[in-house]
Amino acid sequence: MSHYTLDARRLLCPLPVIRTQNKVKELAPGDTLAVICTDPGAQADIPAWCRVHGHTVLEIREQDHELIILIQAGAA
Amino acid sequence: MNKQRKAIALISGGLDSMLAAKVIQEQGVHVEGINFYTGFCVEGHTHAIRKQNSARPKRNNALWVAEQLGIKLHIIDVVDEYKDVLLNPKFGYGANMNPCLDCKCFMVGKAREWIEQNGFDFIITGEVIGQRPMSQRRDAMAIVARESGGNDLLLRPLCARNLEPSLPERAGWVDRERLLGFNGRSRKPQMALASQYGLTDFAQPAGGCCFLTDASYSHKLVDLWTARQQRDYELDDIMLLKVGRHLRPRPHFKLIIGREEGENKFLEGYRKQFTHLYAEHHTGPLVLIDGMANDADLRLAARLTARFGKGRDLDEVPIIIQHRHGPPQTVVVTPMPEADIPREWYL
Repeated sequence: MSHYTLDARRLLCPLPVIRTQNKVKELAPGDTLAVICTDPGAQADIPAWCRVHGHTVLEIREQDHELIILIQAGAA
Repeated sequence: MNKQRKAIALISGGLDSMLAAKVIQEQGVHVEGINFYTGFCVEGHTHAIRKQNSARPKRNNALWVAEQLGIKLHIIDVVDEYKDVLLNPKFGYGANMNPCLDCKCFMVGKAREWIEQNGFDFIITGEVIGQRPMSQRRDAMAIVARESGGNDLLLRPLCARNLEPSLPERAGWVDRERLLGFNGRSRKPQMALASQYGLTDFAQPAGGCCFLTDASYSHKLVDLWTARQQRDYELDDIMLLKVGRHLRPRPHFKLIIGREEGENKFLEGYRKQFTHLYAEHHTGPLVLIDGMANDADLRLAARLTARFGKGRDLDEVPIIIQHRHGPPQTVVVTPMPEADIPREWYL
């Protein structure tokens, strides 16, 4: 299993979702991805996208006015 | 055993596309959704910018619809490709800068490419004959099918019974008898169908899901092109047209004035790209200068900045001008009285 980071700072939704979607396509099941965003809309949209695609949000935390959303890729 | 057919549904986040996808799902077809991000979508980031809409659910409606239907949703960034649709529409514009017919052709065309790449069988849209004046007339719907290359792989489940049978119907992938024959502008049949499916929570944007159908937004877009003497745009340009109060006191520059905290916060992200102004001691807007402003212009901008802040009734207000390059400068100005601001400055 590998861990990746995606910088989605300053992007407004749905762009953080689109970047997440494109990055997750490259992951193997079980890999994790930390998405760093500044748009508060991502807090609802990225988990919603994960739910419809069968990926798991492991953690959402705020740090220095940034959101860090940790995702674990499910089966394709 | 018959192969399970797969359809991609164009999902806008509104009711019609949701119902169209549901009608086909009910026939045992595997449905996934596709949503295109043009940069002009009312959906998405705009809900996060302004605080005044805080009572509305903070959600992406297309994703919400996908969750309700239990389908995957693929969101596709078409910002760059969409420029040609907006700048050179073969079928022209609607009431504002909305190239609805070209837009629909483009999106169905992209969906057509997607099904070829992903092994899907056909395309679904929520179009209804007569629902919209430009893109959903009977003749326009034939144009969309032809120009997009969707042809008879394009199925409109909500009005299919009023159209010639498409390939999915002729081949028996779907049962035409279980499709619908809606037409016209009435929303009652859609509401009744939603009720039948137990769907009670859905978005119904009054002006559609695109800023280009909005008169004020379109006016600001045309103003941008006129001021720059060039019909072109970048993503940041069209984002900024959605935010703040826009005033153009002179042809060569305009002010983008934050109207409340959420907008000021959004505009802060552009501070490094624009000369900007704000009151030194009073609560008020962050103001971006778009264009080339000389000293007299900046003094005028400072008076306007003071006008829209809490110090508007004072005789003098210190305003900080942060040039794009160079140190900040403080000017003390008299706020411009509201009566002195010509109406035509407001975009």
